[in-house]
Amino acid sequence: MATPTAHTEQASGPKVFPPFNSETFASQLFWLAICFIFLFVMMSKFALPRIGAIIDDRQKRISDDLAAAAKAKAASDAAVAAYEQALAEARGRAQAIANETRDKQATESQAARVQIEEDLSAKLAAAEKTIAATKQAAMANVRGIAVDATKAIVEKLIGVSPADAAVDAAVNEALKG
Amino acid sequence: MADPVQQFEIVKLFPVAKIGGQEIAFTNSAAFMVLAVVGITGFLLTSTARRAVVPGRMQSLAELSYEFVASTIGSTTGKEGMRFFPFVFSLFMFVLVANLVGLVPYTFTVTSHIIITVALAMSVFLTVVVYGVWKHGLHFFGLFVPKGIPIFILPLIVFIEVLSFISRPISHSVRLFANMLAGHITLKVFASFITLLGGLGAVGIASAVLPLAMVIGLTALELLVAFLQAYVFTILTCIYLNDALHPGH
Repeated sequence: MATPTAHTEQASGPKVFPPFNSETFASQLFWLAICFIFLFVMMSKFALPRIGAIIDDRQKRISDDLAAAAKAKAASDAAVAAYEQALAEARGRAQAIANETRDKQATESQAARVQIEEDLSAKLAAAEKTIAATKQAAMANVRGIAVDATKAIVEKLIGVSPADAAVDAAVNEALKG
Repeated sequence: MADPVQQFEIVKLFPVAKIGGQEIAFTNSAAFMVLAVVGITGFLLTSTARRAVVPGRMQSLAELSYEFVASTIGSTTGKEGMRFFPFVFSLFMFVLVANLVGLVPYTFTVTSHIIITVALAMSVFLTVVVYGVWKHGLHFFGLFVPKGIPIFILPLIVFIEVLSFISRPISHSVRLFANMLAGHITLKVFASFITLLGGLGAVGIASAVLPLAMVIGLTALELLVAFLQAYVFTILTCIYLNDALHPGH
């Protein structure tokens, strides 16, 4: 646009330093006014409100997000606290249940043991009684055998059958001894 | 040697109208103004079209420019200054883009013409005066009367204050204009050394490396200046607007 050739044709009159050439002032002012007013209107009506809105929107988004994050953190803190409380309660309850169960089982097993012991001692007593009876019977048999044996031995030895009373007395004497 | 001032020549592309004996033409300057404002608007609107919460590179750049200007206003004028935000933002972007586009070879630097910088500075000056008087009435002129000054030197102080207030648009506009003008002339002069030396045979071509290195360095410096002057123009605007918002000395 600012072609150097155009200049040589124009500078025919007395040479004026271009910025001080007042002939060009009117044109420059005219176009400056139009351009600057256009720029001012475009800036104040469109560009600046839009950029301002973008920046405000971003600022708002950031502060909203920070607030949401703080809220979420508070909620998670509360959840952690609730969880820990629930955990502590559950632990306490578990402890109580365990203790209770242990006590109950201890008393139950104690009772069972007592019962079994009672049964066993009853059985033991019965067994002892049976043993004593059997022993008595056996002893009685032993005595009969001893008497018969004594009689037979004496008869074999001396050829005389001893008196029953004497044999009995002798066996009794021997058994006692 | 090419004329280093030629790059500031206003070239009429086509006439538009005649108002009061003054011809209004569409010029190269006008073309670059249109390019700048259409570029700014197009960039800001397309880069933010998706309204992404997580911005891409282009949207980041748009947001960066927004927040840069907003923080500049906020730190100099406080919260009330945000009512001037669209105005200050438009000024910053217009000056910045005009400065940067002007650095591309074969383009035209809109801000290298004093009439443009004066017009921009006057728009700030008038905004300060009109808003100050409308908002604070006569209290606004308390700006010129510092407190705790002995009565016998007060007239002198008020005179100096008024003078410095009135000279504000001059320094405001000349600073930008002169920086752009001087930077571009320097670039052009050093660049023309390259072609001059290049025409002197082998030795000339070898020594042309020096101005070439200079031009590279100056281009980097001018990039910085382009941004810095846009920032300085903006921060001065904010400081002046602060007087309209809080005229108490």
